Amino acid sequence: MAIDILMPALSPTMEQGKLAKWLKKEGDKVKPGDVLAEIETDKATMEVEAIDEGVLAKILVSDGTDNVAVNTPIAVLAGEGEDMSTAASSAKAPAAPAPEAQPAPTPDMEREGMADRPSAGARTDSDRPFAEPAAPSIIQTRSSHDAMAEIPEGTEMVSMTVREALRDAMAEEMRRDENVFVMGEEVAEYQGAYKVTQGLLQEFGARRVVDTPITEHGFAGVGVGAAFTGLRPIVEFMTFNFAMQAIDHIINSAAKTLYMSGGQLGAPVVFRGPNGAAARVGAQHSHDYSAWYSNVPGLKVIAPYSASDAKGLLKSAIRDPNPIIFLENEILYGQSFPVPKLDDFTVPIGKARIHREGKDVTIVSFSIGMTYALKAAQELEKEGIQAEVIDLRTIRPMDTDTIVASVMKTGRCVTVEEGFPQSGIGAEIAARIMEHAFDYLDAPVIRVTGKDVPMPYAANLEKLALPNVGEVVQAVKAVCYR
Amino acid sequence: MAVAARKAGRAGSGAANKPNSNKAPAKNAASNSPQFDKDQDLSAYNEMLLIRRFEEKSGQMYGMGLIGGFCHLYIGQEAVVVGMQMATIEGDQVITGYRDHGHMLACGMDPKGVMAELTGRRGGLSKGKGGSMHMFSKEKHFYGGHGIVGAQVSLGTGLAFANHYRENGNVSLTYFGDGAANQGQVYESFNMAALWKLPAVYVIENNRYAMGTSVSRASAQTDFSKRGLSFGIPGEQVDGMDVRAVYAAGQRAIEHARTGKGPYILEMQTYRYRGHSMSDPAKYRTKDEVARMREEFDPIEQVRRRLLESWKLSEDELKAIDSRVREIVNEAAEFATHDPEPDPSELYTDILL
Repeated sequence: MAIDILMPALSPTMEQGKLAKWLKKEGDKVKPGDVLAEIETDKATMEVEAIDEGVLAKILVSDGTDNVAVNTPIAVLAGEGEDMSTAASSAKAPAAPAPEAQPAPTPDMEREGMADRPSAGARTDSDRPFAEPAAPSIIQTRSSHDAMAEIPEGTEMVSMTVREALRDAMAEEMRRDENVFVMGEEVAEYQGAYKVTQGLLQEFGARRVVDTPITEHGFAGVGVGAAFTGLRPIVEFMTFNFAMQAIDHIINSAAKTLYMSGGQLGAPVVFRGPNGAAARVGAQHSHDYSAWYSNVPGLKVIAPYSASDAKGLLKSAIRDPNPIIFLENEILYGQSFPVPKLDDFTVPIGKARIHREGKDVTIVSFSIGMTYALKAAQELEKEGIQAEVIDLRTIRPMDTDTIVASVMKTGRCVTVEEGFPQSGIGAEIAARIMEHAFDYLDAPVIRVTGKDVPMPYAANLEKLALPNVGEVVQAVKAVCYR
Repeated sequence: MAVAARKAGRAGSGAANKPNSNKAPAKNAASNSPQFDKDQDLSAYNEMLLIRRFEEKSGQMYGMGLIGGFCHLYIGQEAVVVGMQMATIEGDQVITGYRDHGHMLACGMDPKGVMAELTGRRGGLSKGKGGSMHMFSKEKHFYGGHGIVGAQVSLGTGLAFANHYRENGNVSLTYFGDGAANQGQVYESFNMAALWKLPAVYVIENNRYAMGTSVSRASAQTDFSKRGLSFGIPGEQVDGMDVRAVYAAGQRAIEHARTGKGPYILEMQTYRYRGHSMSDPAKYRTKDEVARMREEFDPIEQVRRRLLESWKLSEDELKAIDSRVREIVNEAAEFATHDPEPDPSELYTDILL
């Protein structure tokens, strides 16, 4: 009986990949464990191994095909004694590569409503965030609150993933300053667990791109100690979930020393890595720590959404003399955005950006929360509600002025984040609005957050635990009394 | 220099000087110790006496309510930091835990500034914002003053990492106690330091009690010099009450680290006379035990005897040293008592640069 060989998923967030190379050809005998092909994503290259014994009857997806969706049949295996040509002809029509326009959600995700969230690894036009100019493009007009305020007029834009933007930011700063180095698990030889440090070892060598043992508490302390002497470490956590092991050094050693030393000694260190939920990785790998670090004086906390902000803010973070928590998002790593083609593009820390102007309601979000906010704003527009969407970009120090000015204009506010509700970023924003714009409010602030539960594994429960576009739309309508 | 250059000992070496950590340092240690010349003895005496008198004054001022919070005195352990400092060169860094006044003085930090920090005044080394456990001096290469037990071990390894990165030839000395030696990050740090051959010397000040818990009640391996064995880090036990033994071991360890051979562990067998902190009733040990240590092994008394007997100093000459030290300490106390508290505006400074 003929067996379909399917395109495998390499990671919880992979939905498509490139079939780089077949290592077996039609007619070859294969046995379990034989390597059939190599597949690539923007994160990794992996081998596809045979599970069954038989003869490779037909190759359905040829070498070098991009965007092959997970679970697409890529070949047919004829069973023992089975006629090869029969097996081959029993195969379904060769699967076309996943269409450019709809590569993101797998059927399962779509069914479960996960289509609200962008897919990791997708880098096609359909995933380009709304209200961003198509790349490459030229910035032509800027209002005072323009999303591109940091970018000079006439700047050429190039399309780049968040992952590439982060890598370029580190590489540029390492070229600029000999004191900058990267350390963390798998940052060098492996090229980064999420491929964010890809190529850095080759350019800068093992002295400045340092693979550490799996020892978060220890290497966070080593990074802070090195920073005390004036070096500028970029400490990568494979995810911020693991930084829990190191949080003592982040808080007690990095954040407090400048104060405790009366200003003599600070720690110019950047702690960076993916934060929050990816997809289907359970409670211990899905925590959003934005609110935790945001609580601590002596730290700056950055959580960019776009590739352009990721690049400009990471460069600023590396140059900043203070300890910085730089919260990335795994789902956003593969997303493409226009990034200015400038030799030295930085974005100021502590400045929110008005991503989209509107007069009826203010939606404040950051990081992946922006995807819900922007999609909701689009839907609301169809119903005649003009939402102003603010991307905080920096969580601490928080740009209260931008939020308050917007709320004074709209009189209504909804906050969006994937973190937990209690003592969250939304709670903080609501408090600040009460303190500074109470008289301007026409409705109470509503928080859209992750639910108050540890992240479940089951796809349907995970979907329920995360915020979605519908909740944002509903919250906006509630504050607009619609 | 009277110190015999001895090949760096392997872990647990020094059979002739291998006291059980539950007993007093071996009595025969003194006879095996390398000799100091007169200047070295005088210098060590001055340094140790300054720490002793400073700490006595701190205790007194704590009793008067001038010093608040926690206050951990170094009395009894003076030979450790003084001997080690004698073996360093300019640029070598020091980092320690919260029992840090002695280390700061030995690094040459101003006693006035230290004492004013203890009293929380604006002239304190951290402007009164750090307190007893948190002082720093970039100029003197002293990196704190850390209140979380064991944290300084990873941080000190980071200082060594920076030396290695810059290839500046300096070594970091990381001090921690027998209690901290059981923290997980110590071994994370040992692993990285050995893996990358960092110029780090780990000085374990085994004063036999982690707060109120004796070494044997907290440690499965009470020979701390062996704590780096599984990482291939050499270590030795040292009579931490004899400043000459400390100095000699310090030279071996620092030389090892400075010449690219990686980290080195020194277990300093020492004793603290006072409680863990000022509020410690010290019910976990007998008065006799403390008295015997003071009478038989006092690090300052050992040097004092040599100054009188070997170097033929007169009692008057020693008294002159003593009164000079007292004067420094009294000046520091006077300053720390009358210096104003920080300006309220300091509340919001030094949070970020």
